[in-house]
Parts: sequence; C-alpha cells; structure tokens
Amino acid sequence: MKKLKQFAVGAVAALTLTTTFAADQVVPDTVDFTIPFGVGGGTDVWARFMAPNLASFIDGNPTLVIKNQPGGGSITGTNLFYKRASDDGSDIIGTSASTLFPFMLGDKRVRFKLDEWSPILASPTGGVVYVQPDIGVSDSSDVAKLMGQELKFASQGPTQLELPILIALDLMGADIKPVFGMKSRGAGRLAFERGEATIDFQTSSAYKNSVQSLVDDGKAIPVFSVGVMNNEGDIVRDPTFPNTPTFEEAYATVHGKQPSGMQYDVYRKFLAAGFAFQKVIFVPSDVPSAVLDEYNSAVRKMIADPKFQQESAEKLGPYQNAVGIDIAKYLGDAVNISPEMYVWIKDWLKSEFNYKL
Amino acid sequence: MSVLFSALDQVMSVMHLSYLMLGVVIGLIVGIIPGLGGIAGMSLLLPFIYGMDASVGLGMLMGLVAVVPTGDTFTSVLMGIPGSSSSQATVMDGFPLAKKGQAARALSAAFLSSMIGGVVGAIVLSVFILVARPVVLSFSSAELFMLTLLGLSVVASLSGGSVYKGLAACGMGLLVGTIGGAPATGDFRFTFDVDYLYDGIPLIVVGLGIFALPEIISLLIQNKSIASKGNQLGHGLGQGLKDVMRNLPLVGRSSVFGSLVGAIPGLGGSVVDWMTYSFAMGASKDKSQFGKGEIKGVIAPESANNACSCGSMIPTILFGVPGSGSAAVFLGGMLLLGIQPGVSMVSTHLDLTYTIIWSLALANILGAALCIFLTRPISMLTYIKFSILAPVILTLILFAAYQATRSFGDFLALGVVALIGVMMKSANWPRPAFLIGFVLSAGAENYFFQSIQFYEYSWFTRPGVLIIGALILCGLFLPPVFRRVMRKRQTQQEAEAATQPENNFSLDFWIAGAFLVVSAVFGYQVWGEQTLTRAFPLIAVTLLGGSSLMVIIQHLRNRNLVVPVEIRQGLVYVLGFFVMAFLYFELGFLTTTFIFTLLFVYFFAQAGVVKSVSIACGLLIFLLGMGRLMSVDYPEGLFDGYVLAIANMI
Repeated sequence: MKKLKQFAVGAVAALTLTTTFAADQVVPDTVDFTIPFGVGGGTDVWARFMAPNLASFIDGNPTLVIKNQPGGGSITGTNLFYKRASDDGSDIIGTSASTLFPFMLGDKRVRFKLDEWSPILASPTGGVVYVQPDIGVSDSSDVAKLMGQELKFASQGPTQLELPILIALDLMGADIKPVFGMKSRGAGRLAFERGEATIDFQTSSAYKNSVQSLVDDGKAIPVFSVGVMNNEGDIVRDPTFPNTPTFEEAYATVHGKQPSGMQYDVYRKFLAAGFAFQKVIFVPSDVPSAVLDEYNSAVRKMIADPKFQQESAEKLGPYQNAVGIDIAKYLGDAVNISPEMYVWIKDWLKSEFNYKL
Repeated sequence: MSVLFSALDQVMSVMHLSYLMLGVVIGLIVGIIPGLGGIAGMSLLLPFIYGMDASVGLGMLMGLVAVVPTGDTFTSVLMGIPGSSSSQATVMDGFPLAKKGQAARALSAAFLSSMIGGVVGAIVLSVFILVARPVVLSFSSAELFMLTLLGLSVVASLSGGSVYKGLAACGMGLLVGTIGGAPATGDFRFTFDVDYLYDGIPLIVVGLGIFALPEIISLLIQNKSIASKGNQLGHGLGQGLKDVMRNLPLVGRSSVFGSLVGAIPGLGGSVVDWMTYSFAMGASKDKSQFGKGEIKGVIAPESANNACSCGSMIPTILFGVPGSGSAAVFLGGMLLLGIQPGVSMVSTHLDLTYTIIWSLALANILGAALCIFLTRPISMLTYIKFSILAPVILTLILFAAYQATRSFGDFLALGVVALIGVMMKSANWPRPAFLIGFVLSAGAENYFFQSIQFYEYSWFTRPGVLIIGALILCGLFLPPVFRRVMRKRQTQQEAEAATQPENNFSLDFWIAGAFLVVSAVFGYQVWGEQTLTRAFPLIAVTLLGGSSLMVIIQHLRNRNLVVPVEIRQGLVYVLGFFVMAFLYFELGFLTTTFIFTLLFVYFFAQAGVVKSVSIACGLLIFLLGMGRLMSVDYPEGLFDGYVLAIANMI
C-alpha cells in the first residue's frame, strides 16, 4: 500500500509538473466552475454562456468544467465550495442573488465567508413590476391608484429574489398580499397570466421574453422598473426600458418626494445584492496573485471583445458586466448589513409575513 | 400544414438524424443507469450544443430527453430499481415478472408501449399545442390541488386488503414529504437542525429506499437468481409484443391521459404512472395478479410516462415553465441555443416547434427499437446467481442515491427509508401508498394554501374543481359498488380469497406502533408553529396516527391470528447496509466498490478468482468512465485520490 501511495503521489507530481511548464500558464489546465444550482436554471445557463468565452481569454485556454451542486437554495453548494476549493486557481464559483441574500440575512446554514473570495465579474440585471389592466391603472402614471387596494403577488418566499420588491411596494404604501410557495418566478408569472395574481415582477430577460407580449396585447401594464445604478451611485432609468419610470420616480408620483429613511436604505442594499450583483464569479482570495491577475485580465479582455458584447446583449440583456477591483468594494458594501438594518429587516419580516429570521 | 411537413423534411436530413441518434444513444445510456436521467446526459451534450444550429441542437436534446423514460425500464424490471421517478410503478409488476423468468416479456411489452405512448404523445402535442394556451391557463391552483387529491385517491385502490394500512402508509409519506421548508411561509419544519433535511428528502432516495433495497435484501436472503423459474427468453420477447397488441385500448387511454397530465405545469410526471397503474387495475376484471406480475401493470405506466414527457413540452415551449425535471433540462438547452420559449413558438417559430415534435416522435421510435434489440442479451442478467449481482446493484443504488445531493445524508436517508421499506414489505403494507403520499405531499399543501389565498373559499365552486371532484368520487365509490354486484354473482370465490389473510399481525403491531410514535414526535415538533406552517403536517399526523391506531385495534381484536414472521434477517441486512454506506463514504467510493465487490463475489458468492477480479475491475472501470465522461463526483474518502491519480495516468 505504501509503495502504491508513493507511486501515485509521484505520478500526480509528474503530471502537475508537465502541465504547468508545458504551456507557460498560471491557471491550471482544468478549472472546476461550481454552480450551486441545478442544470437548466438561470444561473446555470448564464454560467454555460460565460464558461467557453472566459476560457478562451485565459492564457493556455483551460477547460472550464461546470459542476452543478444544487441544494438549500444554493447554500449547500456554496458551503461545499468554501470548504473544498483548492488554492491554485482550479476552483471558481458562480453565485446568484439567492446566494447573497441568506448571507446578508444571517441564515444559520451559511458557512461561507464572502470576504475570503475575490469577485472577478458581476452580471447585473434589471426588472419590471407590472399589474393587471382591470384594476384601474392604464399606464405607469396611474401608479397612485394602486394604493388602497389589495394586490396579490405570487411569490417564491419572503426571503427570495422578490424581497427588495416586497420592501419597495410596502414603502410605497401598497397593500401587498403575497402568496408564497411559487416554484420559480416563471410560476409566479403563470399565476399572473391565469388572473390569480394582480401584480407581478420579472427580471429583464424574462420580462422581455414573456411579459412584453402581454403588455402589447393589453394584458399587463408595467408600473415601474428597479432601474440601474449609474457611476455616481444614483438609480436611473433602465436603458432596456427607457419608457418605464424607476421605483424612485413612481414613489415621487405617489408621495411627491424622493424615498428615504431606513426602509429605503434596506431596499437599496437588497436591490444592489439582488440585481446589480445578480450573478457573480468568485475566485478564492488565497490563490497565487499571478492567477488572480490572470483571471482579472481575462474577464477584462472578454468584456471588451465586440463578439462577446453582442452575444451577451442577446442572451443576457444589454447590461454592462462589471469587472475590476471596484466590484470587490461595491459588493462588500452591498452585502454588509449594519446591525440596525438587520434589526429592522428582522422585525419587518416578522410583522409583515410572520417570518422568523 | 406545410410547416408541419417542411419541419419533417428538415428532421429527415442526415445531419439532423445523426445528431438525433447521438442524443438517443446518450439518453438511453443515462436512462439505463439509475439516478442519472436527463440532467447527466445534458452535461455530456452541452459542450456540443453551444453554438449549434438551433433545429439540429433541438433534435439532439429531444432525442436525449425523450428516451430517458424508455431506457430506465431496464433496471426497474430487471433489478427492481426504479431508474428514475417516472418508472416507479413499472417496478410493481415488472420486477415480479422478471422473477418469474419473464423479464424479456415485460421489457418488450414496456418498450412497445413506450414507443406507442411516445408517438401518441407527439400527435397529441402537435394538435394540442396550437390551442393549449387557454387550456393550460384554466388550470389554476385550485384545479391543481384537486388533481393532487385525484392522485392521492389512487391510494385506495393500491391498498390491497387493508384500508387502514394504506392510509397509514400514505400519511407517513405525506408527513415525510413535509420535511423541509413550508411553502406557504418559508419556515423550516422537522429539520432537527440537520442541514440535509432543509431541502426535504430527495424523491430518488425515497424511491430507492422503499422499493429497491428491500427487494435486494430479500433476494440476498434467498440467494437465488432473480428469475426463479427457467423460461425461454426468445418466447418472452414475442409474447410481450403480443401482450401490447392485445391491450391496445389500455395503451391508448394511458398515453392520452399521460400526455394531458404532462401538459399541466406543476403536477409533474412522477405520479402519472401510479394513476394509470391504478386505472388499469380498476378497469380489469381480474385484479388478483396486480403486484405479482400482471403485464397490464407494466403496459399502462410505460405508455403513460413517455406520453407524459411529450405533454410536458407544452408548458415548457409555450410558457417557459417546465412541466418536469427533464423538461427543465430541455428548457436550459433551448435557452443556450438562443431560443426563447413563449407564444412566439406557435406563431413565428412554429417550424422549430414542429421540429421538436417530429424529433420527439422519431426519438421515441428509435429509442424503443434499440431497447427491444437489447432486451434479449440484457435479460440474461436475471439468470445470474444473485449474490454475484448484489455488489453491482448495491454500488448502482449508492451511486444513484449519491447523485441526489452528493452528501452522506443521501446514504443515511436511503438507509432509514429502506428500514421502513423492509418492515412494510415483510408485513405486506402497501409501499406505493407511502410513495404516492410522499410525491404529492408538497403539491397538495402548496396548492391548497395558494387556492385559499387567491380565491378565499369560493374555489370550491370553480367548474374545474367540481369536475375533478366528481372524478375522484367516481374513482372511490364505483369500484366497491361494482365489486358488491360482482360478489353477489360469485360469492364463492370472494369468500375463498377473504380467508387467506396475508397480513402479518405481530409485525403490524410494531410498525403501527412505530408510526404512532413518529406521529406523536412530529406533531409535538410542529405544534408551536404558525397556522400556515403547521396545518398540513398536522393533517398528515392525524391521518398517520389515527390509521396506525386503527391497525393496532384490529391487531388486538384478532390476536388469535398472530403469525410471527422472520424479519430479523432483513434488519441485519439494513444494518449491514449502513456499515457499507459508511465505508463507501469514508474509505472512498471507488476503492470500496473494488474491494467490496472482489471480496463479496469471491467469498459470499464463491466465484473463482478470475470472475471476482473481472467483475470488480469492470465495475471500477465503469465508474471511472462515468466520472470522466459526465463529470460525476464520488465521495473521495481516504483512498480515492490515489485511485484517481493512477487512473489519470492511463
């Protein structure tokens, strides 16, 4: 057994040596790209689009193998990655809003620490809230008419992607009655199409593909979008939906002033984590700095490539992927919930949905 | 119409056909290996898909997705392992047929039914998809809840002799199904602070534990070949095809029903096989052979599950909401090809939709034909002494279970469910009732609360609800009425059947007692939660506790009928399973597979050195190949790192 072990260890060493020096590359030949979601889901499709593109810009063109590890709404796979990822750059992970939210909400199953990883790329998304045409709203300027009537919203759960939308609608003063237990945002949209839900929300690509046709047929009225953040950190209209006001505008229409205060701050936090950083690729920070540099330069080359830009716009929407050192700081800010905010969101979830954090 | 034929023209091109064939072959392979299913096949095909021509890519994907429910029949029939959730009912009669030496008959009947089911499903799909949108939208949460009730009502006909045992088993299934997050509130129930339980127990683990492991244990105890009686294999093959031809109306009904249920998003294909199984049973004059090797019990679910996967394309294509697991995989592939599901698929992209449908029909025919071709050689497995097969099957089961969440919890949960399964099997409790309760638990709870929240209590009066309600009542009350009429005619036979109690009373007492304890513990656990979180588990607890109590009361009344049964041996094997699972996990999956197979075949099955080594090596090579091709992970344990290092050199 001992001999065998020596032999095997020697063999591994030999193999590693040959691969490292053969191509003069820093990123290992095979990179496991962990996706803590199942095959065919939004994050999986995003990763499978990114993987070959990213690989082609890394020196030595390594193979990026997608490893799906679903479970616990992505907590399971992310925990495992945290525990097992090697420090030579052969492990990277792609996360989604449902990875960041439990981290921010202090879910006790979360064992990973985001500050031990370096984000190298973030794909943002937007989203639009829309309502049934038969509740007295004919376009987005009628948003005030939403107040005072019960709005049924088919939602996945109190702490899912809809969380910032629920906070926003409550801040605006709407009487939202969420019906939880939808299997996906798509199932929520189906409930809207069936006429069960009066209000619904979809992220940009789903909205464009499935809701726009409803809007064109007069079966749905867009009310506001969540907007996008510009370089000054302000929320402006989403370039994908230039005719739809942002939440801030809609709020001003109803209340005559800009939203502010604790609830708005919490909304902005979850908005940033859920939308500006909806999909993020992380590399463990303990990899050799040459490897991290190589990854960073690869994503920079990738997003500058016109072919990638065109395909990305078609498949993921016309949002600029964020790269560079800056996103580490922004992401760190976004997921950092102050104790006061935590108390507020805890109490709010308890009083609104009887949900215990 | 012209679109229909131009799409056919496109499908018939060499390029399209060859990719379709590639998809079919891979689909069959992943279908045959339990636990893999369409998702593993996708990971194999996805690298090719990216950047492919849309219609060719769709053909390949469709080939893959369509034949998974065909291929998984092999393990269901031959080894009693439900290859995927869609072939659980096939095990009920397919495996007993294999035990009778009629594996080839069961398989060929299953494949021909699958083929017809798939083609019927494709035809239904091609017409229905044009008008399906309003129909699908008319199924609201209220109708979906009623459909889950329809599924649950099947338990009555599957309970066999004892209604209370059936209800208790179903209640247990419902309760196990509530483990994890409460859909209406997001609260977590019955997790006992174990991370694994937060997601609930995976269906594949429950299916393997309740059916496959108990069967294997009882076969090991007997240690014969699976097929106990010799039979001419070739004869069986033709017989199976004839059986299907004789039961064409059943095939037709099951296929149409399957494709319609598949078309409704949210119900899922996992229960359609049980529903058609019980319909087949209800419609037969002679029910006595069901569960013991009735060919109709194979034909009905197999026609339905292929049709169902056709039907599940409707919500996938039209709404982008997948109707089943493999449809979700297909949806991901569509998105990667740059095709957006939605209304446009029946307006501007109708040609693509028809390409999908033609590919679907063609894949079903090709897949079934290939399987029939393979039936004869593969059926030979049932004539091998079981102790030689056992390590192979155990490895396959552990492999399948581990693919569920890739944690040790999968093994533990498998063992615990197998414990329930062994006890229920020994005492003749209806295991399908448990499984159906488990499968429908989440849907029943979720749709019930959703319909109340959307419609308050007016949902009772929705026409769809009333129609399905009437169907349920017919299903529950017509068969007993029929039976009473029949009994008047043939009192003699019925009386004879009644004097053969197959129940095992002393074991019943223990099982019912254990269930009673479970219901008390779970009831106590959930009592303090808010109403929406605890209501459904409490219903399950009441059903479980009440029925168990009734079983105990019956037992006390019939004390004189006590027949002790040997179950200790079974329990020892379950214990052995836990030990093996632990070794597989801790020492390394590959290492343990090799050593255990070698030792087991050499000492326990008393095979020669050459045979033991070649079986162990074959299994190891198979696992390594799977790992390499489909990027499947195994528990590495202590030693697998070295095994992999050596393997990588070769």
